[in-house]
Amino acid sequence: MLIRTRPDIAGSEITPESVYRQRRDFIALGLSAPLLMLAGCHSRDNDGIPNRIAADSADGFRTGEEPTRLADVTSYNNFYEFGTGKNDPARNAGSLRPSPWSVEIAGEAAITGRFALEDILKLAKPSERIYRHRCVEGWSMVIPWLGIPLATVLAHFQPTSKAKFVAFTTLADPQQMPAIIDGVLAWPYREGLRIDEAMHSLGFLATGLYGQALPNQNGAPLRLVLPWKYGFKSIKSIVRIEFTETMPATSWNKSAPGEYGFYSNVNPVVSHPRWSQKSERRIAGSASKLFAERIATRPFNGYGAQVASLYAGMDLRKWF
Amino acid sequence: MVLKFAEPRWLVAKTTTHLLALLPLALMIMAAMQGGLGADPVAELTHRSGRWALRFLLFSLAMTPLRRLLSRPWPIRFRRLLGLYAFFYASLHLLIYLVLDLQGEWAQILTDIVKRPFITVGFAAWLLLLPLAITSSKKWIKRLGRNWGRLHKAVYAIGLLAILHFFWLVKADKREPLFYAAILGVLFATRLIAAWRGRAAKHPSAASTPARR
Repeated sequence: MLIRTRPDIAGSEITPESVYRQRRDFIALGLSAPLLMLAGCHSRDNDGIPNRIAADSADGFRTGEEPTRLADVTSYNNFYEFGTGKNDPARNAGSLRPSPWSVEIAGEAAITGRFALEDILKLAKPSERIYRHRCVEGWSMVIPWLGIPLATVLAHFQPTSKAKFVAFTTLADPQQMPAIIDGVLAWPYREGLRIDEAMHSLGFLATGLYGQALPNQNGAPLRLVLPWKYGFKSIKSIVRIEFTETMPATSWNKSAPGEYGFYSNVNPVVSHPRWSQKSERRIAGSASKLFAERIATRPFNGYGAQVASLYAGMDLRKWF
Repeated sequence: MVLKFAEPRWLVAKTTTHLLALLPLALMIMAAMQGGLGADPVAELTHRSGRWALRFLLFSLAMTPLRRLLSRPWPIRFRRLLGLYAFFYASLHLLIYLVLDLQGEWAQILTDIVKRPFITVGFAAWLLLLPLAITSSKKWIKRLGRNWGRLHKAVYAIGLLAILHFFWLVKADKREPLFYAAILGVLFATRLIAAWRGRAAKHPSAASTPARR
């Protein structure tokens, strides 16, 4: 019998929202003290848009930037299988049954088949990552995720030398997902990565956020998190992972090839045909701020130090 | 005119229309003060003001067909008021985008207007509304004569630009802009049919209002 699994994580590792925010205040205090001496000087980039103080750990796993409020993270979602309005997933995702859940592993790997989620989650010790999340629509959040490294999971299934890409598929069940019938995109939702991207240490399989099990609207029970790519690459409610030799089709790319590339790395110099990607609205959630602050968008969403080498020699304007 | 301006029921009707037209603004302000605009208040305010601009434009456009449908003159007396509210919400929409969203990043505003087709057409729609709003007074109607009607036919082009602006903005779910496009199409069709019938019947400009010139 399958029982809904909670992430196997020590209670001490689970941090309530209030503590996240206090912790952030503490970090901000530490960071701002030396800056007080520079009062009047603003950190600005070439475009004159204020830069946010980057306080990431060296591996990029944790940023010290202010986390977005839990209420905002869980009520402002793009999950079109539950409707195209930002609030629709929070309203409609109650019909999703994240347990029991299994994931099919297929393609160019030594181990393939259907695996219960709880068995996959046993492959690595759960940990927390605090990542920036940049949506292609020009807004961003900071989210404390809970989960396991993608690379560890993929390596377990022993991809063969033919495995050049990894394709991911979201559940597409009209009974659980009421907006499937609207046919806004060609379901099921598909995403993909080159194998070296997928094996990068920043790639994360999230099972929770803010120390809680992943809410349905955020992609329960298992979703990808790729902080250097636009949010739509971080596919939700994964039911299938396939190792492929050729570049897999991805949903948004199929829907509008001129607008959404396979790579879709966050890149302020490559504009989306319909909107600039130079800057973003940071949904930070400070109670004192009524409106989101506009901040500069950084190449690879600020994870260039970790991931830029994956794309060495590539023309990122062509391979957007 | 059947109705006189001083008539109490006319005054009541106009005041009610003003209050109803200002209700979306009041709700926006109240929601903003209570934190009820969701995770991204700037986007929410932009979308709400934009939707109301388009809706008021369509309300305004519906008045002439409504008059014909009811064979009553009164709808035409709401047309200017509704059109001015379309301009009001369109200006609010533009202002929210410039001040709250771009927060004074003037370089980006210019590139957006030039390089982003959906912003280009949206801005064009607002620019075209400007002369219509200015020339909406009785004084201008008199001064422009026959040309007033010609000028104000631009409102259909504005409606088209506004809907295109909406259509190009949404990523995949085109149903809502298409819904507004269908309404605009129906309103325009009634105008065409009426014009065609009028010509066929050699009915020389029966309407007394400047709407039909």
